[in-house]
Amino acid sequence: MAEDSASIRSLRSPLGRVRGMGSAKGGTHHWWMQRVTSIALLPLSIWLIFSLSRLIGAEYAVALQWLGNTFNAVLLLAFLAAAFHHTAAGLQVVIEDYIRSDLQRFALICAVNGLAILLWLATTLSVLRITL
Amino acid sequence: MVRIKDAREAAMLGRRSDGTLTRRPLSPHLQVYDMLQMTSLLSILHRISGVVWCGGLVLLSWWLIAAGSGQGAFAAAQWFFGSFMGWVALFGLTIAAWYHTCAGIRHLFWDAGRGFAMEDAYRSGRMVVIGTAALSVITFLLILI
Repeated sequence: MAEDSASIRSLRSPLGRVRGMGSAKGGTHHWWMQRVTSIALLPLSIWLIFSLSRLIGAEYAVALQWLGNTFNAVLLLAFLAAAFHHTAAGLQVVIEDYIRSDLQRFALICAVNGLAILLWLATTLSVLRITL
Repeated sequence: MVRIKDAREAAMLGRRSDGTLTRRPLSPHLQVYDMLQMTSLLSILHRISGVVWCGGLVLLSWWLIAAGSGQGAFAAAQWFFGSFMGWVALFGLTIAAWYHTCAGIRHLFWDAGRGFAMEDAYRSGRMVVIGTAALSVITFLLILI
């Protein structure tokens, strides 16, 4: 009972305090997924940066051969999925920090997520097209 | 009286010691920090390098979509990456990518609750700067060899 009386310090009901502040349980999902994708991106981006540094100025046939390799294609598809998720999540936080108008914030977050999904689909399709 | 223009500010109202209402700064309240401190400078650079990575991802998308579209589109993309602007972009993107990676590892340690002591924060900050420089030089060497 002591705990109960300690937790009710406000005259506002728990529902009133919670309303409009997001649901319980799901609040850390965005933050957590950003960390999970960052851990996935750590080996993937190290591999990608070093791989691409060898492909700068490559002939078309050389680039196609590299992209057509199953090992490279699988890692690249994994990188694209994690990278676009991580980028959209990160940009969303930046937008939420700096854009004050509710409408502009909502529109920008929708645009960023939509663009990320479109580019992810286009790049993934392109890699599959080359490797299949 | 403090006027509230943003719903989020409702949670940021405080009282001064004399009892008058004041508005606490909302994140990222840059005006509070000395931006030449290494801790705050590296923090803002992490966000900037992350946004720069978005440009890198768009360029990577262009390259991949061009490779899947055919020889002509690929040649156009390769022409850009071989041009002066392309080299400048790739030079900056390489540094931004390695910085965001190194600083990201530092942030993961913080997320795990480690390395918060001031001397640890400065030491990990120096490690991030050194790591970025070393990895960037290795990448440039790989490109040039």
